[in-house]
Order: sequence, then C-alpha cells, then structure tokens
Amino acid sequence: MSYLARRLLTFPLVMLGVSILVFVAIRLVPGDAITAMLGTEAGLLTPAQRAALSAYFGIDKPILVQYWSWLLGVLQGDLGISVIHGKPALTIILERFPLTLQLALMSMCVALLVGLPAGVFAATRNEKISDLAVRIFAMIGQSTPNFVVGLLIIYALSAGFGILPTMGEFTPFLTDPLRNLGQMILPAITLGFAFAASVTRISRSAMLDVLSDDYVRTARSKGVPKRSVIWRHALPNALIPVVTLSGVEFGYLLGGAVLVEQIYALPGLGRLVLEAILQRDYALVQGCVLFIAFNFMVVNLLVDLAYVTLDPRIRLGESN
Amino acid sequence: MSMLRAIFSHSSGRIGGTIVVIYVVVALLGMFGVTPYNPLQQFRIDRLHAPNAVYWMGTDLFGRDVASRLMNGIGQSFLVAFCSVALATLAGTVLGLTAAWFGKAWDGIVMRIMDVLLAFPAILLALLIIAVVGPGTWTSVAAIAIVYTPIFTRVVRGPALSIKAREFVDAARTFGSSRRYILTRHLLLNLVAPLTVQVTLALAWSLLTEAGLSFLGLGTQPPASSLGLMLADSRNLMENAPWLLIFPAVAIMISILGFNLLGDALRDILDPKTRRSAP
Repeated sequence: MSYLARRLLTFPLVMLGVSILVFVAIRLVPGDAITAMLGTEAGLLTPAQRAALSAYFGIDKPILVQYWSWLLGVLQGDLGISVIHGKPALTIILERFPLTLQLALMSMCVALLVGLPAGVFAATRNEKISDLAVRIFAMIGQSTPNFVVGLLIIYALSAGFGILPTMGEFTPFLTDPLRNLGQMILPAITLGFAFAASVTRISRSAMLDVLSDDYVRTARSKGVPKRSVIWRHALPNALIPVVTLSGVEFGYLLGGAVLVEQIYALPGLGRLVLEAILQRDYALVQGCVLFIAFNFMVVNLLVDLAYVTLDPRIRLGESN
Repeated sequence: MSMLRAIFSHSSGRIGGTIVVIYVVVALLGMFGVTPYNPLQQFRIDRLHAPNAVYWMGTDLFGRDVASRLMNGIGQSFLVAFCSVALATLAGTVLGLTAAWFGKAWDGIVMRIMDVLLAFPAILLALLIIAVVGPGTWTSVAAIAIVYTPIFTRVVRGPALSIKAREFVDAARTFGSSRRYILTRHLLLNLVAPLTVQVTLALAWSLLTEAGLSFLGLGTQPPASSLGLMLADSRNLMENAPWLLIFPAVAIMISILGFNLLGDALRDILDPKTRRSAP
C-alpha cells in the first residue's frame, strides 16, 4: 500500500485516538463536571440533587457510554457548553478562530518574504562573509523564543519611539482592513521571526544542494544568465523542503500562537485555551484542544499531499 | 576524547560547546545557591536599582538581586530541561527499540499512540497535561517529556529496524546471545549517534517550552525563579527597569543558541552526509 493511501486510512484512526486522549485527559481532572461548574458550592448539594445533576450531565453512565455519546455529539458539532461564557464551545471557538488563522497566514507571509530571499542570497554566496552573516542571523533567530521577540519589539517601540502597540483590540479585516493590518502586523512579525530563520536555513541548504546538480551546471555552461539559473532553474526545485516546512510550521502556528496572543492581548484561539485552562472551563479546553489538533492534522495531511504533487519522483511508499 | 576533540575543532561546536559548558556551570552554581545574594532576599531600600557594582544586573520590584535570580532561574530551567529530556530519551528509546524488535501488534500499538501524541502542536499538548495535573515545576517536566517522547521513539525505531535486519544481529542470534544483550549491545550502541544529536536539539526545544510555560504562569511558580517567569514579571516594568527584560531575554537566547549550535555540530560530525549543505 502506498504511503499516501496508508496516510489517508490512518487519519480517521489517529483522530479517534486524539478524541479518546482528550476525553480521558479531561476526566482525569480531580472532581467531576458538577464540581467544575459549581466549584465549592458543589459540596452543598444534597445526594438527590447531585444524582439529578449527574443524570443531567450523563456522568452516572459507564465511561464507554459517556465517551460514545460525547463522540456522537462532537461529530454533530456539539463540543459542550462553556461554563465561563455560557455559550456552546464551538460558537466561541469559531468566533476566535479567524484572528488566529489570519495571524498564522500573516506570519507565514513574513517568514517566506524574509526567509526565502535571505536563504537564496546566502546559498549563492556560499562560505563568503555575507553567507556567514545570514547564517548567524538565522541561527540567532531560530534560538529566540517568540515571546522574547515580542517583548523586545514592545520595549524597542516604547523606549525608542515612545509608542505602544495597540493591545487587546481586534477589528476584523473586512470591517476595516487598514486598522486590522495595523493591529496584526507586529504580532505577525513576532510569530514569523523564528519561522523566517527556519525558512532561511532550509532554503539555503536546499539551494546549495540544487546548485551543485548537473542540470544547473549545464544551464550555466550554455550561457544562461546567473539570475535566471537561480530563480528559474534552481529555486523551483529547492522549494520542496520549504513547502514541507511551511506546511508543518503553519500547523504549529495555528496552535502555538498562544504566547504571542497573550503578549499582544489578542482575543484569538490560543488565548482562549489559556483562559479556559486558568479558569478551569474544561468543556472549552476540550473543545479548543480537539479543534486545534484537528486543524493541525488536516494541515499535515495537506502537506503530505502537496509533497507528492510537487515532486512526482517521490515514491513515499518505497522510501518508507 | 576523540568526540570532544571533534566538537572543538568544528566552528559551531566550539562556540556551542563553550556556551553549554558555561551555562551548565552557572546552572549548577544557581541550583546549589552559590549566588552573589540569596535569590529570595529582599533589599527593600534598593528596589528597582539599575545595574551597578553592588548589584551587577540590578534589582527587581521587591529589591531582589537580578543576577542571583538569573543564576537560580538558569538552574531551574536547566533542571526542567535536563530531567524532561532524560525522561523522554529513556521512554522513547525503550518504546522505539521494543517496537522495532517485537514488531507486529506491539509496533502498531506504540506507533499509533505516538501518532496521536504527534497530532498535537507541542505547546498545546503540554497545556492539556498541565490543565489536568495543575501547574508546577514537575508537571512541566512530565508535560515536556510526554511531548518529546514520540520524537525520540521515531528517531530510535527507524534506525533500529534497519540495524535489526543486518547480518551481525543474525550472527549474534545464531551464537545464542540473549535478547537483552542484542538490544543493548548491538542495537542501542549503534543508535548513540542519532540519539546524541536528538538529545542536544531536544534540550534547546525543552528550554524554549519551559520558558514559554513559565511565562504563561503554568510552569515554575513564584517565588522560585525561572527565565520565563522573570520575563513575565518584567512586562509591566520594562520601560522603567529594562534590565529586568534584557538580562533574562539574552540569557534565554544564548542558552538555546548554544544547544542549537552544538546540535548542528554533532549532526555534522556524526552524519557526514549532511556536511556539504549543512544549513
């Protein structure tokens, strides 16, 4: 069976595993749904009230029955009711998701716009001072946590220019594009910083590999201009690892924006997870984690599909 | 010794190795309380003092010496990073080796569980674990270890499968070597190279994850110090007391840089195929 067929077949299985893990994890939290909702007041309930609430939440049933009815609900879009918001978890998640999606997309643009030219530039000047400078910057970029980048940007702006970036506000792109971009650009740079460094390193490495290939040497010996050799002949083939990296990183950006959203006080999905954890809103934690994991898996699957489409030579079934 | 010589003759290895050695010494000093001042002692009349000859890195809002807290914080962050990577390496190696050796159902079960764990972005899985167990230093250790175990399992299983099929393993079986002997002497010894590279890089990631969790208030809890916690504390004071931000920020960057450089050097040394186009 080819790798891709196996990958498509295992996708629902892994998703099922993810749902079991999330379900079990939340049930391992000390106390039950009643304690989670009522807090210390749960201790004041009479046995009859507790039994009635247990029946209402379905926690008086065996664990497998509970899982099955929860899973059926999830498949129909019912991720439970958030205790702190008093609304269905899915509704809140879908309200917050556009911000995180936009942040991830903008960070990816920042990373590719900076990382790709820097990587190509360094590869064409292999082992020269400019190559070394790019490599050092890339290494430092990759070693700097995004929340450190965020704090340093905020400090540089406030100390150097006496301005503070807008925080805690979010205007949807369609309502006011300019205002939206103004609010999102600094978080996008912050989140895209380390990613740009990774793109630089991987594109430099891939370009170096491609530039030493026979067909590039042939193109050069035929007198094709250097610029054309680099951008038209070499770069398309060097893009494959960059596409793979971008896809995988995009999945991480969707889930990993929690720190950047926290620094800039952006009401995105990452911050929602954090709020839910800190306020012990387990239905919301469960819903968010499941939603992000699902997106992450879908993105990874699409990356694998793109990988095969981009390079027909790749026979993943054989190499694995 | 030859490995040390190889690391120190490699440019990245020399810089990375030196950084790591210095950090380990500072971490040990910080962990065992060999700091200029007690990291928890509050010099109330010297609150938010800029760096000077007495307080090399200044003092914080409570008048605590930043240099001492930084040393202690490095110790704390390194403790979490080393413990979590040690646990992940142990668990990943055992799971990867046994999955490769026994194959069939056990391999299927182990690898599907690892697939499930890999289906989460790292920080999200760590957050889920912390949501269940509650924040704290040892929760961070467990969370980071669980997050990185699948990576070690994969790193071990792949090469272990190919080594298992080699003639010398068949020969060892023919000579009647025990399963444990073959697993530890033949398979594990041949996996030292990829594991070493992975451990070094994982230390960089776990430092990063620990700092992130502490920054969010879900890792090390006050009054103990950690690099992420110090950065979180600096947020509201950075304009008036930039040293509270700059020193921990630089400390965290250089520590991760050190491990990344060392990891790259080890990869070059142990896997000559990557040397030509090393990023």
